[in-house]
Amino acid sequence: MSAGADVYPGGVAGGGLAPGGGYAAALTEEPAHGASKRIVVAYGFWIFLISDIILFSALFATYAVLTDATAGGPSGRDLFELPTVAVETACLLLSTVFCGFAGIGAQVRRNGMYYGSMAATFVLGATFVAIELHEFATMIDAGAGPGRSAFLSAFFALIGCHGLHVSAGLLWLLTMMAQVYAKGYRADIRRRLLCFALFWHTLDIIWVALFSLVYLVGVAPR
Amino acid sequence: MSTSIHEAHGDVAPGDELAATDISHAIRGYLVGLALAALLTCVSFYIARSTLVWQPSIPIALSVLALAQMGVHLVFFLHITSGPDSINNVMALAFGLLIVILLVFGSLWIMTHLDHNLMPTERLMQMQR
Repeated sequence: MSAGADVYPGGVAGGGLAPGGGYAAALTEEPAHGASKRIVVAYGFWIFLISDIILFSALFATYAVLTDATAGGPSGRDLFELPTVAVETACLLLSTVFCGFAGIGAQVRRNGMYYGSMAATFVLGATFVAIELHEFATMIDAGAGPGRSAFLSAFFALIGCHGLHVSAGLLWLLTMMAQVYAKGYRADIRRRLLCFALFWHTLDIIWVALFSLVYLVGVAPR
Repeated sequence: MSTSIHEAHGDVAPGDELAATDISHAIRGYLVGLALAALLTCVSFYIARSTLVWQPSIPIALSVLALAQMGVHLVFFLHITSGPDSINNVMALAFGLLIVILLVFGSLWIMTHLDHNLMPTERLMQMQR
């Protein structure tokens, strides 16, 4: 692999990447010294994601403190429907796996694998958002909107913030499909794809905490 | 950045999979992660409603299962491993976790005490009765 062949920023990866060379090949797009741009970009984005996790932990701490502050209104036990949550969880888990497949497809430059996996990720993510919006609408219709009690304010803030992240991720996903379509599997586009994959996987990790500690603990017998 | 220290093995970007050299191996990694995550999810959903375990322990059990599943996601999907190439990623995550633990448990601890100390007198009397 010719390490010096790549130009930054936004350099077109030359013929250096063999199909199937995959991840090891990606690491050779390296300047003469120091870490490659791919590592620096992904590391910086990883730091951002950790700050995002801290943001969620603040909302989560708020929710945990206010769980019992129902002001005589409905509690989680009355509101949460586990079958719905199970479908949401399945959607997000499968979408995160398809997102991984899309990353592999981009590394080996297989269009079918890349676009198919991205489309599957989008459909599953959009299903998740749709179910969540329906859940919110049902709760608000039943008089359990965010204004009903401190518990519900914290619940809508926490789950809604995650839903907003997923919605933003869906827009980013479409952008990445369009960018690969327009510009091909360039090094800079693949860096953005790596950041998108990190973002999407992290959202699923946050959802694990939410479905376990908000929904399941909320309905568990005490 | 301290990446130059580890130049002997070269660093790995978070999300990049160093070991996978062929496509089927990479796909298998995600499928193993999916199987483990699905298993842990099913156990969580089962335990939340079951009478099989001692009921007061259910929140703790759910927390442990959630932590385990987050670990599975980190290793199989984000490829954050304990290997020397990933040390910067792990250190950043460890610092983030420190802040998360301080925030969540600190808030709960302080607010529980505040709730107790600022309790209206009638409720306090009821509790002491």
